[in-house]
Amino acid sequence: MRIVVASGKGGTGKTTVATSLAQVAAERDAVRFLDCDVETPNAALFLHPRLDVHRDVGIRVPRVDPQTCNACGTCAEICRFNAIAVVGETTLVFDDLCHGCGSCTWMCPEQAITEHLLVTGSIDSGTTPDGIAFARGMMNVGQAMGMPILRELKKSSPALSPTMTVPPRRTLEIRDAPPGASCPVVETMRGADFVLFVTEPTPFGLHDLKQVAAIARELGLPAGVVINRDGIGDAAVDAYCVESDLPILLRIPMDRRIAEAIAAGSTLVEANLDDRHRFRALLERILAEVTV
Amino acid sequence: MNVAISIAGQTPDAPFDARFGRAESFCVVDTDTGAWTFHANPALSASGGAGVLAAQFIARLGAQAVVSGAYGPKAHRTLSAARIECFLAPGNEARSAAEILDAFNSGRLTPADDATHGGHHGD
Ligand code: SF4
Ligand code: SF4
Repeated sequence: MRIVVASGKGGTGKTTVATSLAQVAAERDAVRFLDCDVETPNAALFLHPRLDVHRDVGIRVPRVDPQTCNACGTCAEICRFNAIAVVGETTLVFDDLCHGCGSCTWMCPEQAITEHLLVTGSIDSGTTPDGIAFARGMMNVGQAMGMPILRELKKSSPALSPTMTVPPRRTLEIRDAPPGASCPVVETMRGADFVLFVTEPTPFGLHDLKQVAAIARELGLPAGVVINRDGIGDAAVDAYCVESDLPILLRIPMDRRIAEAIAAGSTLVEANLDDRHRFRALLERILAEVTV
Repeated sequence: MNVAISIAGQTPDAPFDARFGRAESFCVVDTDTGAWTFHANPALSASGGAGVLAAQFIARLGAQAVVSGAYGPKAHRTLSAARIECFLAPGNEARSAAEILDAFNSGRLTPADDATHGGHHGD
């Protein structure tokens, strides 16, 4: 079962919730955690994995042999991303527009194109002290496209470590989604079974919640809401959840101790035993929502 | 020489469109004969790489110079490879394609030797 933890913007406590959920799940189930925020992955700060496997990922970009190329223009015509251009006798390739689809190489009548690996990022994986199989994607500085890394990350299944003496009941995958509501968020949700939104009861929180909720609805995924910093702001998020049939599965009160725990690199469940029970209940409710 | 101008419309009095890749249309004027042609910009609907596509388009139209308001790095590189000279029309007041052409003919426009902005992400 795959659970995505998402929020419109950063700073709502998304990673805090995702890592806490992973920790309680790991008490009972085999858990895999994917940090899908390839621009600024930070879940490792809370789960402290030993990242001992490193893998470069990239795309295959075309290189044109000017001797063989007769500037017929087929490659430029076939490329849906305008990443290859033919003007006069010259062929230009724009690596930052290329999606590595291979169509130009495949269609070039002169076989003037060869492909080269362009490393755009990496995937690091390992195990956390509580036995969570952890992987994160990281986009290299200066690269514009995170999607290839994200797709690789979803395919990668970090080895689940058998720290438990009895076999786990089930395997849970928890994906910490990138902030925002653009393509990488859609890609993170694709193939998941449930989406957990983390929001704040403020007009900004509501605005962002509506955006991510629309994506999940589009993909036909069941979803629920965690309200963080409950008590600040207004009741508009509550009203929205009622009217759009989104169950509110957990409320985390505004509490100075939480901010302190996060600043010190611990999860909510490590900071407070009370939260451990609340997160167990949250996981149970998610499982119930998916299996109805 | 043929000069292409980014415009929003299909007549000589159509307003100048300061965007290059996302311009609504281009007109191409033969400065020797004064003949005008008008062309919808095929890059308008491109999801990415609009500047690259528009640059190839005006190269195919036979332009040797282009006037627009801004060029991204990829558009500029493509235009340079096509040996098309890039010119900038300054100011924001609405002007027609004909007025831009006047300014071009009288040598009042500055060439853009480099991209005017950092460009857009392709994703
Ligand atoms: S399709 Fe091949 S031969 Fe034709 S322009 Fe592209 S690289 Fe050159
Ligand atoms: S590999 Fe695909 S995206 Fe890249 S230049 Fe070739 S056709 Fe375009």
